Amino acid sequence: MANQVQYIFDQENLRKSAPQKFKSEDLKREEMIINIGPQHPSTHGVLRLEVLAKGEEVIEVVPHLGYLHRCFEKHAENLPYNQIIPFVDRMDYLAAMNTEHAYAMGVERMLGVDKIIPKRVEYIRVLVAELNRLASHFIALGSYGMDIGAVTAFFWMTRDREHIVRLLEWASGARMLYNYIWVGGLFYDLPVGFEERCLEFTTYLKPKIMELERVVIDNKIFIDRTANVGVLPVDLAINYGITGPMLRGSGLKYDLRKVDGYSVYPEIDFDIPVGKGEAGTLGDCWDRTWVRVQECYESVKIIEQCLEKLTGEHKRTRDFDPRALAPKKIRPKAQDFYIRAENPKGETGFFFRADGRSDVPFRCKARGASFVNLSIINELSKGGLISDLIAVIGSIDIVLGEVDR
Amino acid sequence: MNFEQIVAHIKTSLGEEIILSTDENASPKAIIIKAENLVEVMDFLQKDNQLYFDSLSCITGLDNGSEANTMEMVYNLYSIPFDHHLMIKVELSREKPAIDSLCGLWKTADWQEREVYDMYGIHINNHPDLRRILMPADWDGFPLRKDYQEQEYYRGIKVEY
Repeated sequence: MANQVQYIFDQENLRKSAPQKFKSEDLKREEMIINIGPQHPSTHGVLRLEVLAKGEEVIEVVPHLGYLHRCFEKHAENLPYNQIIPFVDRMDYLAAMNTEHAYAMGVERMLGVDKIIPKRVEYIRVLVAELNRLASHFIALGSYGMDIGAVTAFFWMTRDREHIVRLLEWASGARMLYNYIWVGGLFYDLPVGFEERCLEFTTYLKPKIMELERVVIDNKIFIDRTANVGVLPVDLAINYGITGPMLRGSGLKYDLRKVDGYSVYPEIDFDIPVGKGEAGTLGDCWDRTWVRVQECYESVKIIEQCLEKLTGEHKRTRDFDPRALAPKKIRPKAQDFYIRAENPKGETGFFFRADGRSDVPFRCKARGASFVNLSIINELSKGGLISDLIAVIGSIDIVLGEVDR
Repeated sequence: MNFEQIVAHIKTSLGEEIILSTDENASPKAIIIKAENLVEVMDFLQKDNQLYFDSLSCITGLDNGSEANTMEMVYNLYSIPFDHHLMIKVELSREKPAIDSLCGLWKTADWQEREVYDMYGIHINNHPDLRRILMPADWDGFPLRKDYQEQEYYRGIKVEY
């Protein structure tokens, strides 16, 4: 086994598998091709960009995807509905709870059991999803700071994210890929003492977000790098299918938690922050980052309200079993079904076709928010500088697990 | 507008026979149209004052297998100002599947149609940049087809593990 050839090397391999769009023979004077990635920290994963540049100016960006492609959809066609959840985790691995929540909700609606899920289960789902949203935004803000030269933010954000990750580990047993939200229920109830520790954490967290806002977001150096860079008008954003903080950064008050009002979000009081163009033009990189910071405050608000309900109206009882309604056999009626939900990155959707005869979906398509959001990169960065391209990638906030699926 | 009104509105504007049938069992409710009418219908749905489907959420390809011998394209539309949902389904032949591109109407169709091409081999007519997007360019076959057989070796790496 040790001496067996595992990979046949050929100089031409890369040219054949990922052909360049531009050829060096066709370039005009002063033009050049710059390759960024796939292993480059500022691409946030294994994204490869082929950049046609003229000096420092970007003329066109061609992304090459697929380095993390696992064909989730093929796996999903061979697995029962409940066994797909761990695969769903691995799409947007920074916000696994949110994706699980969307998926479980979709299957429950297909089965017609979504109305009978106990309130306590729903509140726990929203609680862990919002904790995960905070964790995802912390990575987005921290690594964005690092991309454009503010390294402090990354240390602060990973420090605070660690608390969330440990809380979720306490609840589910895993740090990032949880498999906690099940179709029809939860893996376990919250551990005893979780609510108190979670409340301690939110009290600790609020001044930390303010500190981040003061030191990084309102910093003149940060504003100089991000204001008026990568301006995204709202009509173009809708045409490109952009959702999430990117769309809200362009000034449209559109959040599926409010628009669709799924789960217990209608019972919770929170605001939707939208970009105002305070530092520069409406819809620039600074606005998108600012929206993410404001969403952190809103998530904390939602978490506190969930905790209040979970210790009051829907508090823990001895005989409460979060798995009680989880069906043993999941066999939805024959139908086509599209479910969407608000992920930290934008609209995550699942399209199902159930044939009514088997326990596996005939087709399960995942609409990744990062995949659709990334498609605008050429539009946003062309005509700018190469350093602005890095600022634009960070402000889109992609997770390559979801881009490539 | 509810689904019946949307269907009636499309029929009065584009003719009775433009909608082949409806699927009320689907969620959101679906209309089924012919492949050659796709761009005309989509253009109407996007620009009409009363419908204004400004957002194309999701494009899905589907292979119904060699028994049914059809492929399908499913489009999920959403209108942000009016809060309308609509699913549009188009059936294609499995021998030579091809459909017109929607890149002229929604820029988001670009990558999503490339993904459908990559996974199903459905040819997208008039697409500005039809290349594989997720799989390597020299990969054989289209993975999400029901009768897909993976190649045994890819550059000396065993594919089936």
